[in-house]
Amino acid sequence: MAEQPHPNMAAGDAAAGVALLSRTPPVIQPGHTFETVTETISHAVLSKRTGIGWFFGFFIAFLLLMVLNMTIAKLLLTGIGIWGNNIPVGWAFDIINFVWWIGIGHAGTLISAILLLFRQQWRTSINRFAEAMTLFAVACAAMFPLLHTGRPWLAAYWLFPYPNTMELWPQFRSPLIWDVFAVSTYGSVSALFWYTGLVPDMATLRDRAHTRRAKIIYGMMALGWRGSARHWQRYETAYLLLAGISTPLVLSVHSVVSFDFAVSVLPGWHATIFPPYFVAGAIYSGFAMVLTLAVPLRKFYGMEDFITMRHIHNMTKVMLVTGMIVAYGYANEAFFAWYSANPYEQYMMANRMKGPYAVFYWSLIAINACMIQLFWFRKVRDNVALLFVLSLLVNVGMWLERFIIIVTSLHRDFLPSSWGMYAPTRWDLGMFAGTIGLFLALFFLFVRFLPAIAMFEMRTIVPEAKLKEHHG
Amino acid sequence: MSHAAQHDPTLYGLMAEFDNPTALVAAANRARLDGYRNMDAYSPIPIEELNEALGLRRTRLPRLVLLGGILGGLAGFGLEVWTQAVAYQMNVGGRPFISWPQFIPVAFETTVMGAAFTAFFAMWALNKLPMPYHPVFNVPAFARASTDRFFLCIEATDLRFDQTATRKFLESLHPVGVSDVEP
Repeated sequence: MAEQPHPNMAAGDAAAGVALLSRTPPVIQPGHTFETVTETISHAVLSKRTGIGWFFGFFIAFLLLMVLNMTIAKLLLTGIGIWGNNIPVGWAFDIINFVWWIGIGHAGTLISAILLLFRQQWRTSINRFAEAMTLFAVACAAMFPLLHTGRPWLAAYWLFPYPNTMELWPQFRSPLIWDVFAVSTYGSVSALFWYTGLVPDMATLRDRAHTRRAKIIYGMMALGWRGSARHWQRYETAYLLLAGISTPLVLSVHSVVSFDFAVSVLPGWHATIFPPYFVAGAIYSGFAMVLTLAVPLRKFYGMEDFITMRHIHNMTKVMLVTGMIVAYGYANEAFFAWYSANPYEQYMMANRMKGPYAVFYWSLIAINACMIQLFWFRKVRDNVALLFVLSLLVNVGMWLERFIIIVTSLHRDFLPSSWGMYAPTRWDLGMFAGTIGLFLALFFLFVRFLPAIAMFEMRTIVPEAKLKEHHG
Repeated sequence: MSHAAQHDPTLYGLMAEFDNPTALVAAANRARLDGYRNMDAYSPIPIEELNEALGLRRTRLPRLVLLGGILGGLAGFGLEVWTQAVAYQMNVGGRPFISWPQFIPVAFETTVMGAAFTAFFAMWALNKLPMPYHPVFNVPAFARASTDRFFLCIEATDLRFDQTATRKFLESLHPVGVSDVEP
């Protein structure tokens, strides 16, 4: 795709002009002002017309959401026996999907927090909806361990620090309790961060809304924000502090998730590589999901000026790097198994490569180690439609990775008499499809009712925002 | 003109409107050099230069967040020690009751929780938000303060405030317009 100068390019956009001449696309197309940026983004929210495509997409998501409701109702009425997991595979779809969803969420925090600390300007156009994605993914993830308890209304005794009727407290030496704290902290801090970012934009929507109802609702969400310099000073400090706090948090969350496995003494789980390998995998799959969402978002809402090829390229590059860290993790797992000289470890690896689930193992290697090498090529990075398909495949690959780690490590127990096979039931599949429905339904509502791109942050990167040098 | 500083109860202040951030920063600088203190600037984007121009002090938010984080960490670690070693002692594989390395992950998460909640709630509290009503919203042009206009408001409580003189001063800064702000 050749980069053509934008027709409205103003003479003053020197920096953007330089970017056009070079091969790096700009983070925002030239010619934009405070007003055009604000209008384009707020129009998608304040417009009275809702596109037919939105209804179509929301309808499909809503149907899947109803599937989720049905599977939950069935589960609560019957018990978790409707699921396919049973000894020796005591953990299956519930934990696979939990790890998958939590991992997806990580890209949102990486974009909003870590890239902010590194002063990566390109994060500005994608941080808002990536953070929304984080929140929705965490909501989907939390559903699985909660429902796996079978009686979630009693889960407070088992998960939160509250003694049961025998005055016994949760076991704080267990990674499962660490996980409860990690995920609930992650969910709440992400929500605070997201809402903090939303407040100045809510004030903009309040001031631009056409209807009284919209003015009242956005006005309440804006908390009376008036853009005072004193407020901005504390606001920017708090935003930076939240970013600094979220950075170790996001790295800790998937590390703690990996401890659920690594702390147990089971071939295939008990590996020191797990925390960094899981964190890289989380960021890899998360960026794939951001790309999956960004491609249709920029197309259908005309946001190509804000989510430019620069963003697409950078996200692809992050996926390439983290994907190769993941591939390195696969190589390490195989090496550890061989070098350990432990027959159980070696058998676990041989079973992954040649056992009944080998087709899934080789599929994930094909995607996460081989296919991503395509991202080296600029031709591939420029082809948005192809990237959309590849990003979906990456998420399939990362789902398969969790399936392989969990199921193949469990189904061949230490004693051959305890061996078994695992297959999901339709309730497992229904609940997984249902959480995808929940995720998509929330996302459709989000792009309709809240600004999908941070308006105030976009205003800071238009040329008008730069203070002019003045003398005297 | 110490006697001139009579506070007019029918006026919150005078507000000048600018159409770019450079003019606002220059105006704030001029106003401060002219001796005005009770004033505030309003902008649709954060402008770091305004902190100096308005003579704002650094916020104490970082110290509060540090405190919140420390308290959160102590609370988490204390909860673990109390439940595992005092409230109900349980021997797990002969490990000590206070097996502190295993208490680190939860204590870390509660540290983060304490710091993040402090950052969020202390920021709004110090900003005195939510505040449903504020006089600046009475100025019709202020609706654009959240899109593309920049405002400097000199408040009537300022000792140097004088309706005529201050208006003249604000008009000398080449604003788009100057308006009275009703309380």
